[in-house]
Amino acid sequence: MRDSIGERFAPYAYIAPFFLIFGVFGLFPLLFTFYVALFDWNPVAEHTFIGLDNFSRLFDDPRFWNAMRNTVSIWVLSTVPQLLIALGLAQLLNHARLRFATLFRMSMLVPYITSVAATTVVFAQLFDRDYGMLNWVLQQVGLGPVDFVQSTWGSHVMIAAMVIWRWTGYTTLLYLASLQAISRDIYEAASVDGAGNWKQFRYITIPSLRPVIVFTIVTSTIGGLQIFTEPLLVSRSAPLTCGPVRQCQTLTLFLFEQGFGQFKFGYGAAIGVALFVLVVAFALLNYLLSTRIRREKP
Amino acid sequence: MTTARRRRIDRVPWWVYVLLVLAVLVAVFPLYWMFVVASNDSATAYKMPPRILPGENLFHLSELVFSTVPFVRSLVNSAVVAVAIGVGHGVLCALAGYAFAKLRFPGRNTLFLIVVLTMTVPTQLAVIPQYMIMSELGWVDTLQALIVPGLASAFGIFWMRQHIASTVSDELLQAARIDGANSWQIFWQIAFPLVRPAAFVLGLLGFVTAWNDFFWPFIILKSPEMYTAQIAIKALQNSYVVDLGLAMAGSFLATIPLLVLFAFVGRRLVSGIMDGAFKG
Repeated sequence: MRDSIGERFAPYAYIAPFFLIFGVFGLFPLLFTFYVALFDWNPVAEHTFIGLDNFSRLFDDPRFWNAMRNTVSIWVLSTVPQLLIALGLAQLLNHARLRFATLFRMSMLVPYITSVAATTVVFAQLFDRDYGMLNWVLQQVGLGPVDFVQSTWGSHVMIAAMVIWRWTGYTTLLYLASLQAISRDIYEAASVDGAGNWKQFRYITIPSLRPVIVFTIVTSTIGGLQIFTEPLLVSRSAPLTCGPVRQCQTLTLFLFEQGFGQFKFGYGAAIGVALFVLVVAFALLNYLLSTRIRREKP
Repeated sequence: MTTARRRRIDRVPWWVYVLLVLAVLVAVFPLYWMFVVASNDSATAYKMPPRILPGENLFHLSELVFSTVPFVRSLVNSAVVAVAIGVGHGVLCALAGYAFAKLRFPGRNTLFLIVVLTMTVPTQLAVIPQYMIMSELGWVDTLQALIVPGLASAFGIFWMRQHIASTVSDELLQAARIDGANSWQIFWQIAFPLVRPAAFVLGLLGFVTAWNDFFWPFIILKSPEMYTAQIAIKALQNSYVVDLGLAMAGSFLATIPLLVLFAFVGRRLVSGIMDGAFKG
């Protein structure tokens, strides 16, 4: 009775929804992107096969390299400080006798439940050249107003600040969970053996956190290379390019501009393929670096 | 000697509290500032030096928000999408996680490996074909275009499999099987009740992500009455008079539902995120 036909196929039915959804809305579109990229494809007109023309045009397109630079710059500016701050905050929260621990942890998660759109609206106001609170503070200490939105580095810093604000608390909780899994006896043994705070951090904490650090680097890379909403909402005058001189247009925003702003589906798909290669390359690099670090560890 | 050392190690230095309070202020301030601007008149966003106390004008600006875009409708749309994804995601991932953790079937390990591998695939890059599929299905400008792709995720299956493997004992399932229950009954009567807290947190994460999603709704939704709250914020920002106060009020109103929810379930969300985290 247990081996009835229904029971034998039941497990496949239970996992089928995921494979169906992923196949139709994930894998197939991904493969189809490679196909569309080979065409001059306008959604309302004919599409003609043009081979690799989209890619050769892409590599000669200064807008593409500009978007690439912006994406990498924003990714570095947002990821590195975020992970370092999270590491520090997790250490602070890990004190065994910390009071209000739950309250602190919950407050850290408030930015995470705030939407990117809302975050961008507030930060755009705080960073405004004429009426922003940040510039008001800067002027009180004698520094001139900074036009964050209009300058390249300024807009990158501003977008990075939004990403850092939104994700640091979440990352902190991941690090904290790993810190709490380290037995306190190891630290006590180390301090009996005369290891100072720094040595304990370097030789006990960091190696124990290695898996979660690698995980957060990978996820923030995948997220960082696809950053879209912040740059779209930063510039009210030219949203699709993130400003008149494309100072903060990222690759995903460039894809959107070409695909849905100018209806060049083929060219947009080629940008998607380039992004895909970039993400895979970063993932491989991460993987190689982390296995290498593991091997060097005694 | 040992006790003294232990006490020295365990005492929390004062500067730890100073730094943590500072971090909390940074985390909460943008929301507070949203409230300040939203509760004053529009001009507050343009005052120098900035005003830092809330006013009494929340209702005035809110009315303006509601009359500029169909904002109530957008909140309802967001709620429909987020609840559908939260519930569907929690249940479907638990079901698949149960199959991978507790049922034996040919190809199980390979299929699970595929699930894990799909986690690293950045499908957002495929947005152009995704849009074409929705267009073929006639789902452009509908809410199901937002709901259906979000109903199951590799991350969710991975998460539920871990929880079911460690929470539900094989002996219990074996006993139920001997009593003649089939795998569907066992899932609903034994496995799911045991992992409901984990499924709840997973559903919550799905809810928050869906509520806050911007990219995909922005591409799919065309008409104002289909807007979700996030797209309504964008529309407020774009309205013919550039009015930061209005956009701030809209952002604040769109965040309130999540803040209320967070007040009730925030503690469980925190422990859920930490439970699911890497522990070596």
